[in-house]
This record gives sequence, structure tokens and C-alpha cells, in this order.
Amino acid sequence: MKSSNFGLFNFCNEFSNYCVNSRKLISTGLKKAFFTIGQYVMLMKKVFTKHDKGPVFRNQILTEIDNLGVDSLGIVAIISIFMGAVVAIQTGYNTTSPWIPTYTVGFTTRESIILEFSNTIICLILAGKVGSRIASEIGTMRVTEQIDALEVMGINSANYLILPKIVAAILIFPVLVCISMFLGILGGWFAAAWMNVVTVSAYYDGITLDFIPFEIFYSVVKTIAFSFVITSVSGFYGFYVHGGALEVGRASTKAVVMSSILIILCNLIITQLML
Amino acid sequence: MIETRHISKGFTDHSVIHDINVTFDRGKTNLIIGPSGSGKTVLMKCIVGLLEVDEGQILFDNRLFTGMSFNDKKTIRQEIGMMFQGGALFDSMNVEENVMFPLTMFTKKSAEEKLDRVNFCLKRVNLENVNRLYPAELSGGMKKRVAIARAIAMNPSYLFCDEPNSGLDPKTSILIDNLISEITQEYQMTTVVNTHDMNSVIEIGDKIAFIYKGKLWWVGDKHEILDTDNEELNNFVYATELTRRLKK
Repeated sequence: MKSSNFGLFNFCNEFSNYCVNSRKLISTGLKKAFFTIGQYVMLMKKVFTKHDKGPVFRNQILTEIDNLGVDSLGIVAIISIFMGAVVAIQTGYNTTSPWIPTYTVGFTTRESIILEFSNTIICLILAGKVGSRIASEIGTMRVTEQIDALEVMGINSANYLILPKIVAAILIFPVLVCISMFLGILGGWFAAAWMNVVTVSAYYDGITLDFIPFEIFYSVVKTIAFSFVITSVSGFYGFYVHGGALEVGRASTKAVVMSSILIILCNLIITQLML
Repeated sequence: MIETRHISKGFTDHSVIHDINVTFDRGKTNLIIGPSGSGKTVLMKCIVGLLEVDEGQILFDNRLFTGMSFNDKKTIRQEIGMMFQGGALFDSMNVEENVMFPLTMFTKKSAEEKLDRVNFCLKRVNLENVNRLYPAELSGGMKKRVAIARAIAMNPSYLFCDEPNSGLDPKTSILIDNLISEITQEYQMTTVVNTHDMNSVIEIGDKIAFIYKGKLWWVGDKHEILDTDNEELNNFVYATELTRRLKK
């Protein structure tokens, strides 16, 4: 009897400790989350101010368009073509019933690519490629005192380093996504033509059936939101790095993870609002 | 002239510098010395405004710097040149672009005028034909000289150097020290150098402030420092076998 009471007492004790620890963990986590959000908002306030010198800003945007957009064209093209082909093959594989018209393959490929694949998946890939680049570039500038050098000169470093990247991404990512749409649908056409998924004419009928231009607009709106998320979040993690190479690596990983999570979240919100 | 009045700075749970009152004179090479972790870098970062002080005031030629708005600080900051410990040259720019950067951002000079100024500054720090090289292609000493060239490009009234000869061989260190001293006198700047190198102290120390455990412990010049009876300062100055032998 005594031993069972002791066991119960131990269990209650451990359970109450667990509850207290969990509460502490949650409150610390919440505090940290609110602190990070506050820090991000404050940084964005610094980012969205008037740039010190117009011509320099324009040159920076052009450089960033080249670095962030043109440099990503290769990977976007390869992924889009192959993904379009895979979507067409998988749709063909799942629509073997004679009741389903053959143009469904083209139609489904087009819809998948325009509505979801070209904007969300490509932006997730860009979050990895561009996001890690931005975070590590700005992070390295922080740990090697280059950001301090800008500040001492009287330059708003957040504005100088992050704003051109945000503007460049907002300008170039929608272009990349439109190219991805075209190449994705072209990839599906290759699959139809060379792998005998459906006839080329049936595929063509599918991709031209009931086309709604609003879907392109919806896709571009999503891309603009994702571009902002990728560049601002990665810039944020790079800007507040403390330490050395290890911390720069960590910031780079955090930037990619957080950008990806926020892209998925924004995707849900924008889709709910617009469709 | 730069003046600090009762400045203190701490981080979350501990104080780093406490109640520092010191004046750095124009036309002189003013040194802040002290052992590692004594608060030298924090003091310098507070003076240039990279860190906000918790208490006290900083004045640049009687202009109160602490509490100024970002735009007002910007005016003073354009009169400041700073050389960082690692040089802090922008990796994406070559030497010419690095030195030209402040001129591009803050002046309306033509491209030719800017290039002339860049070449003049590079020549002044004894560097020529390096315009197209990138920071990664430069030696430690060259990086420091480019950093000095960038710092003086805007013809500043105040020059700050954080550990200018760390990681350099003794000969190059003396070259850099002498360069800083010459430039200071030539342009009548208020120069503040953060160092723990005793060679620099003896070579260029017109005015020396010794910081110990976050407090201003001693102020004097390069002649007075050798004969001081301050125990902590003596422990710092005569820390090596070589200096102890020299004293004997």
C-alpha cells in the first residue's frame, strides 16, 4: 500500500514537473517568436526608406536581377521541362478509363503547372538557391565588419543591401515563373510526343481547352508575394548573424527553412483569397 | 577634437565600459590601449556610433553626437574615416571601387575626378597599379593600406583605426603606424587608434589612454608611459621578457 502511494506520488511529481517545464518552454518559445517578428518588422522599416543615391540603386537592381534571376534560369528550365513531362506521364497513367477524354492529360498538365507548380514549387527551389545565397552573402558581410563599415560611413546598410534584392526579385521572379509555365507545358508536350502518353493533337486540345487568363494573374500575384518572402526573410537572417562561419551557415539554413514554411503558408492564404 | 563624458556601456548582465572621460586631440595620434577584453573595441564602437551608449555623452568638436537622429549623425559620419581590424573591404568590389565607394555615395564628382582622388589616395598609402585587384588577391598589409585609402578618400576630420597592425609582421606594422601618424599630421585629423601593440605605442603614441577592466586607468604620452608607477599599466607595458630586459 505504502509503495503504491509512493509510486503515485512520484508520478504526480514528475507530471507536474513536466507541465511546468512545458509551460516554460512554450513561454520561452513564444517570447523568442515575438522578438523575431518584432526584429523583422523593425528591419523592414529600415529597409523601406529612401535610398541614398538613385543611380547606385538602379545599378544594384540590375546586378541583383542578374545574380538572383538570370543565374537561376538554368535550374528553373531543367526542373520545369522534366516536371511538366512527369505530370503529363502521371496524368496519362491515371486516366486509362475510356470514359475520360484523352485531352485531359494536356488540360491537367496546364492547370497543375500554371496554378501550382510553376509558382510554388519553383519559388521553393528559388528559396533554396537564392535564399541561402542572400543569407550567406549578407551574413559574411556582417561577420567581416563590412556592414559596420557601411554604417560608419553613414549609409543605411539594411536599405543598401536588402532593398535592391527585394525589388530585383519582385521584378525577375514572375518572369522566371512565366518561362517555367511555358517550359513545363512544353515538357508535357515532349512526353506526349515521344513517350506516347497521348497524341500530340489531344495534348494540344487539352492545353487550349477553357483557358482562363486570370490563372496567370493569380500565379504572378503568388510569385510576387513569394519573392518578397524569400528575399526579406533571407536578408533578415543574414543581417542579424553574430559570430563566424558556423553562424553564417546556420543563418543560411534557417533562411531557407523559414522562407519555405512562409511560402507554403502564403500559398494557402492567397489561394483561399483569390480562388 | 573628440570628447567622451562619463560614457558607460554594458550588455544584458555585465558592464563593459564604465564612466569613461577622455579627450582625443586634433592633429595627434591618440591611442587606446589595454589588454584583450578590457573594452577598447566597445569604446571605439560607441564613439563612432556602432553601439549606443547606456549613459554619457560623445562630442565631435563640441557637437553632441549621442542622441542625434540618424540623418544628423549621417553628417558627422561623413566626416569619419574608419579602418577596421580585418580591413572590411567590400569583397564584391575591386580596390578602385572600394576606395571610390564613399565618393560615389556622398559626392557629385565626375567619374574622372573620383578616379583622380582614388589614385591620389592609393599613392598616398604607397599602393600603385592595384586598382583592378580584388580584396581576396591582396596581402594583409595591402588590405590595411587600401582600408586607410578608403578611410581618407572623403578627406575626413576624424580617423579611427581598430587594431591596425594585428596579424602583420613588425616591419609592415611600423609602416602602417607611420602612415597613420603622417596622415594625421598632414590633414590635421583627430585620429584614434585601438591597439595593444607596444611598438605602436612607442612609435606613434602622441596621447595614450589605458583602459583596464572597462575603466580609464591612465592617460599620458609615449614618454610618460615608460616611467609610470601605475602598477596595472606597468604589468601591461612590461608584459614580455623583451620589454622587461629593455627596462633594465
